[in-house]
Amino acid sequence: MERFTGFLRRLRALVKKELLQLTRDQSSLLMGIVLPLMLIFIMGYGMSLDVKNVPVAVVLEDTSPTARDMVSFTQGSEYFNPTFTHSMPEAIDLMKAHKVDVIFRVPSTFTEDLYRGDANLQVLLNGVESTKSTSASSYIQSSVLTWVTTRTASSIAVSSVGQVNVVSRIWFNDANTSAWFYVPGILMLVLTIVGVFLTAVVMAREWERGTFESLFVTPVQILEIILAKLIPYFGVAWIGLTLCLTAGHYLFDVPLRGSIIVIMGVSMLYLLVALGIGLVISAIAKNQFLASQMALYISFLPSIMLSGFMFDLHSEPVAIQVISHFFPTTYYLQLLKSLLLTGNYWPLIVKNTSILLGYMIFFFFLAFYMTRKKVN
Amino acid sequence: MSTHSSNDTMQQFRKESMVSSWIAKFRLYLRHIFFLAQKEFISTLKDPRMRAMILLTAILQGLMYGYAATYELNDVSYAVVDNSHSASSRSLLAKIDSTGTFTRYATLGNSSQLADGISADNIIVGIVIPNDFESKLSRGDNALIQVIADGRNTTIASLAIGYVNTIVATWNAEQAGIYGVVSIDQRVWYNPNSKSNWNFLPSLIAMISFVQVIMLSGMSIAKEREQGTFDQLLVTPLSQTEILIGKALAPIVIGLLQSTFLFLIARYWFEVPFQGNFGLLFLAVTVFAISSTGIGLSISSIAKNMQQVLVYLLILLMPLVLLSGLATPVDNMPTILQYVTYVNPMRFAVDAVRRIYLEGAGFFDIYMDFIPMIAVAAVTMPLSGWLFKHKAQ
Amino acid sequence: MDTTLVIRAKDVHMEFPVKNGPSVVALERINLEVPKGQLTALIGPDGAGKTTFMRLLCGLLDKTSGELDVLGLDVEAHSQEVQNLLSYMPQKFGLYEDLSVAENMNLYADLHGIPMGERPERFQKLLEMTGLSEFTSRLAGKLSGGMKQKLGLACTLVRSPDLLILDEPTVGVDPLSRRELWAILKHLVHDEHLSVFVSTAYMDEAAMCEKVYIMNHGRFLGQGIPAELSAIASGRCFEVKPLPGVAMRVLQSFLLADSRITDAVPANGAVRFITTEPNLEIPWLVKQGMTPVPVEERLEDSFMILLKDDEQELAASSLVISADSETETAVEIEESQVPKSDTDMPQLDYLHLTGQTIADDAPIDIEVENLVKQFGDFTAVANTSFQVRQGEVFGLLGPNGAGKTTTFRMLCGLLPSTSGVLNVAGVNLRHARTQARANIGYVAQKFSLYDTLTVYENLRFFGGAYGLYGDALERRIYEIMDEFGLTDKKDEDTSQLPGGYKQRLSMAAGLIHCPKILFLDEPTSGIDPLARRNFWQQITRLSAQGTTIIITTHFMDEAEYCDRFMIQDKGRLLILGSPADIREQVQLPKADMNEIFIEIVERARDKGAM
Repeated sequence: MERFTGFLRRLRALVKKELLQLTRDQSSLLMGIVLPLMLIFIMGYGMSLDVKNVPVAVVLEDTSPTARDMVSFTQGSEYFNPTFTHSMPEAIDLMKAHKVDVIFRVPSTFTEDLYRGDANLQVLLNGVESTKSTSASSYIQSSVLTWVTTRTASSIAVSSVGQVNVVSRIWFNDANTSAWFYVPGILMLVLTIVGVFLTAVVMAREWERGTFESLFVTPVQILEIILAKLIPYFGVAWIGLTLCLTAGHYLFDVPLRGSIIVIMGVSMLYLLVALGIGLVISAIAKNQFLASQMALYISFLPSIMLSGFMFDLHSEPVAIQVISHFFPTTYYLQLLKSLLLTGNYWPLIVKNTSILLGYMIFFFFLAFYMTRKKVN
Repeated sequence: MSTHSSNDTMQQFRKESMVSSWIAKFRLYLRHIFFLAQKEFISTLKDPRMRAMILLTAILQGLMYGYAATYELNDVSYAVVDNSHSASSRSLLAKIDSTGTFTRYATLGNSSQLADGISADNIIVGIVIPNDFESKLSRGDNALIQVIADGRNTTIASLAIGYVNTIVATWNAEQAGIYGVVSIDQRVWYNPNSKSNWNFLPSLIAMISFVQVIMLSGMSIAKEREQGTFDQLLVTPLSQTEILIGKALAPIVIGLLQSTFLFLIARYWFEVPFQGNFGLLFLAVTVFAISSTGIGLSISSIAKNMQQVLVYLLILLMPLVLLSGLATPVDNMPTILQYVTYVNPMRFAVDAVRRIYLEGAGFFDIYMDFIPMIAVAAVTMPLSGWLFKHKAQ
Repeated sequence: MDTTLVIRAKDVHMEFPVKNGPSVVALERINLEVPKGQLTALIGPDGAGKTTFMRLLCGLLDKTSGELDVLGLDVEAHSQEVQNLLSYMPQKFGLYEDLSVAENMNLYADLHGIPMGERPERFQKLLEMTGLSEFTSRLAGKLSGGMKQKLGLACTLVRSPDLLILDEPTVGVDPLSRRELWAILKHLVHDEHLSVFVSTAYMDEAAMCEKVYIMNHGRFLGQGIPAELSAIASGRCFEVKPLPGVAMRVLQSFLLADSRITDAVPANGAVRFITTEPNLEIPWLVKQGMTPVPVEERLEDSFMILLKDDEQELAASSLVISADSETETAVEIEESQVPKSDTDMPQLDYLHLTGQTIADDAPIDIEVENLVKQFGDFTAVANTSFQVRQGEVFGLLGPNGAGKTTTFRMLCGLLPSTSGVLNVAGVNLRHARTQARANIGYVAQKFSLYDTLTVYENLRFFGGAYGLYGDALERRIYEIMDEFGLTDKKDEDTSQLPGGYKQRLSMAAGLIHCPKILFLDEPTSGIDPLARRNFWQQITRLSAQGTTIIITTHFMDEAEYCDRFMIQDKGRLLILGSPADIREQVQLPKADMNEIFIEIVERARDKGAM
């Protein structure tokens, strides 16, 4: 009992110290609170891969009504922002100057060739924006084909064959807004930055400044030191997470389809994993610069590149997919996306939670094993 | 004891440095910068960990972006609910399967089963063919098929739907016997296979030196301050401008070195063909590095210690990188944010480097990109000097 | 298990592995028994192994072999229990710089479980002792170096442990606070029966302890009660006053150069020296008209004898690893300059035993008139005026936080003054700072050269920064490395150098451009007596060559080396003059500098209080 009150007393003293330091040095709060909000705004408003209003130069070398009818799909569509011209060199100049990303050329013999059943159209794409050009090209292709089929069907009256129309629905994100895609990732990023980066650096700072040497020769135990570091930074991360979640929900209407308790629970679990990684890094590095570099390359960069945050894992080469699954971030992000946008899907919750739990136990074990009350 | 003779030498030096000829002054100025820059180089590159870091950063990031950065639709696993079980539906599905992009994960009996597949992240797309599919088609009516995509990844969802649309349109045309009536001859300039990493890798040539330069220059003054060497530096006759220029040189050169590594990785490992002029590329990256150094030194001048520098850098770097057009096009940003990006030198560096590398743009195609970068350098360099002066005391 | 012992070390051995080389022996089979309720001191030069031993005691390191019990417990097996029972103050106490003085103290009180009721009384006592009462809400990071040290001490003393371990607790602390601290330590030992184990660089502090251990190269050279140890020097200690107009440091140099003299140091207004044998006569002193007077031996005398004998033995047995014997080269330098002769007066080509005074009409190098520095509404330096003449050694003394660092920084041009005239080398610092810089050399308080650069690279950079280049630069680098005994360390990384070498490199870097004026900010802080002797030899030589030297120090006895010095307190100049002048003014002719300093500061404070 006495041991326990001593433990609580010392823990309280250390936590108070950490909180005081947090308020004195605003840089930690900047990172825990300002950075998340900034990310939400920038990524929510600014980052979008949506293919909309692609500038396209429509070169009508054939000015016949047929040709005009054929290209009419570019007008009034949210996909394209057409510029009509009759001269190919002019269109090429536009493309070179990056005024347009696509050239859609209708040759002067188009109508003639069409009646002969051998018409040619030309599409030139600027591959520098490959996502845009791929989408645009796919859209032009299907539009032209549909135009031809519809036209043929009505004029030649091929009544025996009907046409297939596609009704598409995008589940979980009806409006298909990019913000919904990025917000779960930002939540993950906030927990990673505070959990790994900040924790590793503040812990390494104590090693570097020699404050541990004085602290060690007191009744303080390693468990108390570690817990005292975890509690405030857990708090900071939690504030950041809540802010982001609230901002995401109210600014970008990101839904919370899963149970909020499960969302909070798995986030807490992942935060603990991140804190564990931060502790391990600081135990290895023991100086701020090295700790920050390690945090950057071990956790921050993979969290952005390999977790499915920026790039969908389905499209990755197998090797990258395998590597991705070494990082706990991947499991958390997959689960978080599913919880926010889909709902409680228990098989995934159970699977990914157990994996994260495993990581947490592993990293905490490692952190306690590596952090000793010794100097060298 | 030869101190007296050395005293004489020193007196001579002092006299020489007092000579008011501007050439002598200029030579002294250059020497000061030379010695400081030399010191910076040695202290940065001596630590083997640092050297490894410089090389590893380039390789690691190069590989990550080269392999992992992809917005393409390479492999879409889908499930189908074929309620029609007809020749037409089989023919359409065969068409979809034959593209190579779509892999059928499952054939389900019931559309409610699709939910599980998508929730569990096993499939991205579900296709539902209704039971009146064949009958409508044969009547000459239009039949509907339903395509459901996983909207958790917006880009992939829209690409997949667009792709299904194209396949279906092609199939329609084929069925009507008019496929080939109109053929589309498609050419993609600068990136014939529309690979995302062709866009990322050249941009990375700019970004990598940006991060490195800002990091090194950001640390440089804060490090001296933390280690107590700053006062020693301030009492030397080195002027403030000399100190700043001397401190800027090493980060710039190291940044350029990393850019060169990355160029080699892009060019020879990922075989992204280089269309432009190497000199121009180098010029663009150099101008960019100079403007980044100004930012880094300004941060370094105000930060009290290295930890603060790290935090400021992270907070600054994130938006600069995100709003540079590296990951998502600047055109897609709201107008206000597009204006904001005018102060982001990285936006223009990414544009310039991509265009030089992929499009073979010449100086007159991209000279507009230089203006904002030079403007940023022209503001941040003197700013760092001003901050340096007012914070040093 | 013997419960009357607080520390029992048997054959304690400690080695540190070195990458690609033989491991370094830090402690060589140490045996020691410290009884309960005593004040025990550990003294020795830098790198002797004192800190390593103290860390072992606290369970912060694991020994290579041997037995080590602290408070009856095996430290390695029961480190947490031992840490619960003892208090430890490391050399550099890890204060949280973004916490205030009170917050730092409360943190340690909380950790040690000091009940709230006991705190006000205890804190008040500690704050008074450390002179921090007025600063309880100031952030620790904003305190001066000495004040930080005192705060560290206060944090360590928030409770009365079973054993108190202090690693050089008074480094950088002024005499007033040192006196208070030792009063508290003595009180703790006598009234609270505390056991204290302390390492110190101050011999007068060690002399106050019940038992003293002298350590060098990881071994004990001697141990015993101070009086016993002092007896080693019995009959060998003398005092001699220099001829009128000759600085004590000059006479000291001549004495040190004589092979019959083990040590010489300015003290109490005369030069104190130790002969190699009891009652040995130094004929040339008498011939020059000086009369040595035998004086009572002190602990410091024995310490110097043991240390120098040990170094000589080590040097003789060529087994020494030269890397960690920084004193070795020091001895070499002195001896190489001196023609060995048993009868004659040593010849020093740069010094003369007569007529070394600074003429009253010597050019003025530094002129300070009504200098004021204010930070907000706090006056750090109030209305200070003085002049320093060419070739003078001028000392800046004062208690912690007196404003001497601020004054010093203004003189170097690192800090602009609020008002007043400040001319350095004939140039007004307000208008032509850059020009003035070429004429000054600066050696900072903490070692402040580039850690990752080698000795050569550091010197090359500073040489270049002062406008040297090409062959002249190369020549000068080699010359100065030779002068400071750095040549064999030329390509070593600075971070790997032992403390004494770092100090010499700092000096070399500050002198690379042969400045007219050399500024030294607490250059001897943290270096041992042997290295300090060596340092002052260099200063004596430089000043003889006409370099003006401004120095701050918290070793008051070092004021005796100065031609003139001034004492500041709370921003005000209290007194200014030569050591002899000042002794006369306070009318304490035989007192040592610590006593004089305390007297002056207390008198001024009493006056201020009225």
